[in-house]
Amino acid sequence: MAAVFLVGVLAFLGLRGLLVPRSFGQYGHYRGDAIKEIAALPVSYAGHQVCEGCHTEVLDVKSKGMHKGVACESCHGPQAKHADDPAAVQPAKLDTAVLCVRCHAANSSRPKNFPQVGAAEHSGGEACNTCHQPHSPAMVAGGSQ
Amino acid sequence: MTRRQLLILLPAAAVAWEHILAGTPEASPNYTMSEHWWGMLMDITKCIGCGSCVRACQLENHVPDGYYRTWVERYQVLDWTVETPHVDSPDGGKNGFPPPKEVGGKNFFVPKMCNQCADSPCTQVCPVGATFVTPDGVVLVDQKYCLGCRYCVQACPYGCRFINPSTETANKCTLCYHRITKGLTTACCEVCPTGTRQLADLKNPKDPIHEFLKNHSVQVLKPHLATKSKCFYYGLDGSVR
Ligand code: HEC
Ligand code: HEC
Ligand code: HEC
Ligand code: HEC
Repeated sequence: MAAVFLVGVLAFLGLRGLLVPRSFGQYGHYRGDAIKEIAALPVSYAGHQVCEGCHTEVLDVKSKGMHKGVACESCHGPQAKHADDPAAVQPAKLDTAVLCVRCHAANSSRPKNFPQVGAAEHSGGEACNTCHQPHSPAMVAGGSQ
Repeated sequence: MTRRQLLILLPAAAVAWEHILAGTPEASPNYTMSEHWWGMLMDITKCIGCGSCVRACQLENHVPDGYYRTWVERYQVLDWTVETPHVDSPDGGKNGFPPPKEVGGKNFFVPKMCNQCADSPCTQVCPVGATFVTPDGVVLVDQKYCLGCRYCVQACPYGCRFINPSTETANKCTLCYHRITKGLTTACCEVCPTGTRQLADLKNPKDPIHEFLKNHSVQVLKPHLATKSKCFYYGLDGSVR
C-alpha cells in the first residue's frame, strides 16, 4: 500500500517536474522567464539621444527652434537599423506635404493654442520646406527659429 | 517502511525536489525590477490628435492592422451634454482626424492604452497563469503560455486587450517593457511631439511625476472600479468613458 502510494507520489512529482517550467512561481503564479523573454525583444525606435550622438549639427539647429521638443523619429520614423549601421541603412526621404499637416493642419478639435494652418491656402501649393526649415521651422525676422 | 516514516519522509523529499527544479535565477545586469514601479501620465490639454503614438506603437510592437495597443479618441461635447458626447476614433486615430462634422462645443483628444492596473481584473481571471503583474508593475502576457481563451479580453474594463489573429493569443500594451528595461522610454512617449504622454517611474524619487501629481488634479479612468490604474490623466473631462 505504502509502495503504491510512494510510486504515485514520485510519478506525480516527476511529471510535474517535466511539465511545469522551471521558472514557474519564481515571482508569482506565472513563468518568471516570460519577463526576461519580453525584455529581450529588439527595439525599432532608437531614441533621440542615439541620433543626436552622431547628428550634432542637426541637434544644434533643432535645439534652438520651435521643434526642439519633437523627437527625430517622430518625423523620420523608426531608425534603429540606421543607427546601428548608417552606411547600410538610409532613412527614406520625407514628403513634407504629408508630414507637416499631420500635426499642423487646421482642425477645430485641436487645442486652440497649437500653431495650425489651412495648408492649401497657407502654402499656395508649395512644399512646406521651401519656406520653413524642418529642423527649425518658425519664421522670424532675419531668419528661422 | 511504516506509514509514519513515509509521511515524515515525503515533505522532505518534496522540498528537496522543488529546490532541484527551481534552478538559480539569473540576475539581469543593469536593471533591477524591485527599483521601479511604472505608470504613465497623459496631459489631455496638450494632445493634438496627430496619431504619432498609434503609428509608433504599431511599428515598434508589430501590432497587426486594425488592432491597437494604444489608440486616440476624439471627444466632442455639443450643447454641454456630458452624458452623450460624440466620440470617434477612425483607425484608432492612426492617421489623425478629419475636421469634425459640426463645429463648436468642447473638443479634445484622449489617448488610451492599458492602464497597467496594480489590481488588474484581467490577470485575475487567467486560468493558466499566462498573464500577470510584474514586480515592477507592468501587466504582461506570456505568449508561450496563453491558450487564447479570451477571458482576459472580456475582463479588461478598458477594452485594452485583443486576440492577435496570427498567434491566436492575447495581446496588449507591454508599456514597451523591452524598452523601459533598457533605459529607453516607450515608443509612444518617444514620438509624442507635445509631451502629452510621459512615462513615469513612481519608485524613482527624481521622476517629475511626483511634482506633477502633487500640484495638479489628476484622474484615472473608471475610478469606481478600484483597479489601481497607473495611467494618470490630467485635464480629464467628465464625459470621458
Ligand atoms: C552612428 C552614427 C549615426 C547615428 C547613431 C544616426 N545616424 Fe543618421 N546618418 C549617419 C550618417 C553617417 C549619415 C549619412 C549617410 C550617407 O550619406 O551615406 C546619416 C544620414 C541620415 C539622414 C539623411 C539621409 C539622407 O537622405 O541624406 C537622416 C534623415 C538620418 N541620418 C536620421 C537619423 C536618425 C533619425 C537617427 C536616430 C535614430 C540617426 N540618423 C542616427 C550616421 C548616424
Ligand atoms: C519636424 C520633423 C523633423 C524632425 C523633428 C527632425 N527632422 Fe530631420 N528632416 C526633416 C525633413 C522634412 C527633412 C528634409 C527632407 C528629407 O531629407 O527627408 C529632414 C532632413 C534631415 C537630414 C538630412 C540632411 C539635412 O540636414 O537636411 C538629417 C541628417 C536629419 N533630418 C536628421 C534629423 C535628426 C538627427 C533629428 C533629431 C535631432 C531630426 N532630423 C529631427 C524633418 C524632421
Ligand atoms: C509630430 C508633430 C509635428 C510635425 C510632423 C511637424 N511639427 Fe511643426 N511643430 C510641432 C510642435 C509640437 C511645435 C511647437 C508648438 C508650440 O510649442 O506651441 C511646432 C512648431 C512649428 C512652427 C512654429 C509655430 C510658431 O508658433 O511659430 C512651425 C512654423 C512649424 N512647426 C512648421 C512645421 C513644418 C513646416 C513641418 C514639416 C516639415 C512641421 N512643422 C512638422 C509639431 C510638429
Ligand atoms: C511661401 C512660403 C511658405 C510655405 C510654402 C509654407 N509656409 Fe508656413 N509660414 C510662412 C510664413 C511667412 C509664416 C509666418 C507668418 C504667419 O504666421 O503666417 C508661416 C507660419 C506657419 C506656421 C505658424 C502659424 C502660427 O499660427 O503661428 C505654421 C504652423 C506653418 N507655417 C506651417 C506650414 C506648413 C505645414 C506648410 C506646408 C503645408 C507651410 N507652412 C508652408 C510661410 C510659408
